[in-house]
Amino acid sequence: MNDLIAQVSGLLPALVEQTGITLWLVALSLLFGGTAGLVVGTALYVTRKGGVLQQPVVFWILNVLVNTFRPIPFIIFLAAMQPIARLVIGTGIGNEMIVFSISIAATFGIARIVEQNLVSVEPGVIEAARAMGAGPWRIIRTVILPEAFGPLILGFTFAIVALIDMSAVAGIVGGDGLGDYALSYGFRQFEPVVTWSALVIIIIITQAVQAVGNVLSRLVLRR
Amino acid sequence: MPHIQLTDVSKSYPPSRRGGTPVTAVDGVSVSIERGDVYGVIGYSGAGKSTLVRLINGLEPVTAGSIEVDGVDITTLPAGELRRVRQGIGMIFQRFNLLRSRTIRGNVAYPLEVVGMPRAERAARVDELLRFVGLEEKADAYPEQLSGGQQQRVGIARALAASPSILLADEATSALDPETTDEVLDLLARVNRELGVTIVVITHEMDVIARIAAKVAVMDRGRVVESGDTYDVFTRPKTDTAKRFVRTVVRALPDGDALQALRARHEGRLFTISFTDTGASDARVFAALARAGVDFQLVHGGVDDIQGRVYGLLTIAVRGDADAVATALAGVGGGVHVQEVHA
Repeated sequence: MNDLIAQVSGLLPALVEQTGITLWLVALSLLFGGTAGLVVGTALYVTRKGGVLQQPVVFWILNVLVNTFRPIPFIIFLAAMQPIARLVIGTGIGNEMIVFSISIAATFGIARIVEQNLVSVEPGVIEAARAMGAGPWRIIRTVILPEAFGPLILGFTFAIVALIDMSAVAGIVGGDGLGDYALSYGFRQFEPVVTWSALVIIIIITQAVQAVGNVLSRLVLRR
Repeated sequence: MPHIQLTDVSKSYPPSRRGGTPVTAVDGVSVSIERGDVYGVIGYSGAGKSTLVRLINGLEPVTAGSIEVDGVDITTLPAGELRRVRQGIGMIFQRFNLLRSRTIRGNVAYPLEVVGMPRAERAARVDELLRFVGLEEKADAYPEQLSGGQQQRVGIARALAASPSILLADEATSALDPETTDEVLDLLARVNRELGVTIVVITHEMDVIARIAAKVAVMDRGRVVESGDTYDVFTRPKTDTAKRFVRTVVRALPDGDALQALRARHEGRLFTISFTDTGASDARVFAALARAGVDFQLVHGGVDDIQGRVYGLLTIAVRGDADAVATALAGVGGGVHVQEVHA
């Protein structure tokens, strides 16, 4: 037991550093992918039939894009993104590459989550805003997004957990973080204590994210 | 010039399936609504009345016909101008449709933001409106903390915020209990009386019409089958649809089983006596019968109040010899219509 404690405390500096990198990867991916996903998801919702900016062609294109890219297993997507990452951000490896790839994959995933959250907005309140003479952009800004705020928080909570999941394969393209640490220094070096230490931290992070998300959404929904 | 003029208005929706037939919700409707009217539109669900009201503020585009609001045909307006017209037409809904993300104050302020009223003026106007509907102490509550009737009053305050000249009420009392319905109808009557707002009331409840609408149009399968002064439609309904609606509030003539039961229970001849508010009253009718010395009994019907005017529809059983009965009935006076009922 004392051995175990000694071993884990020896790992602490590395664990702290890798935790910081994971959080940083997830935060950046959330910033880019989350913003883009919110935009694409809202676009899907408002351009569909009966939406405030009904645009069948735009909807069809977005829908096909999302349906095509969302189901691709992330590890394959990551490998396939390498030439594109070289073109766009100038490198096909490392943490920049992983943030770039997660952001794009997350855009499609989050878009679908956002769209599903927005469906929960009662059509009647949108009709009421239209009856008061509000235009489509104002309705998106002041009715659709605020009315769906509670569900959106839960949707983004779910998305963040998925981003943490994606960030774990960063090692494939030479990125860092807890996932890479667990695989490179734990699994491949037959050090289960290392693997388990990283695992416990990931569990703590996801639990914390979920708890914060639940509390925030309950506050917003007032229940 | 009428305030709202619908001319040969039709609305049909494309078929839901390929090869299906288009659904016609509104079929060649012409209605003329004067400034300051409370105009009722009644019909069963699916009669097209909710679609009709959405054509008036352009929430739905017409398929054919024209709709003039203050003399301007709104069916040809570009989107931006149509939105400006809508700012002058308030609307309230069956399910209230308040924004759950905003307080009561925030909901009432919404249309003021849309019309671009400065923040400071907005606050004063919201206070004034909440006072008008008697909910100033609920200003900072959220919609779900209010009862249905209170939420509808907020809906009314919100609809009136931008000082519209027209208020569209789409089944505004259908989700409310009878007591709350009265409260909301009183408020609507006050809006019409004190602010001079023209109100279009869509409903399937005839007593709502009887309470506040001076004029009524009866809709059936997309068409207006009967229209005119509410009192006239109530006292002399012409179509079956109108008769069915009238029967839900006016104690109507007995028919079928009810008539058989009356026949079995009462001796003598049955007569129905109807009178409008042209000087006749139930008291005068009864007094005349009593003077003639015939034995009579009220067996069905009663006197109703429609738009503050009386309408009596009484069925009486009369015993006595034929001459005395004839004399008695002849003596009930003018404005009274008497008809014998045969089972």
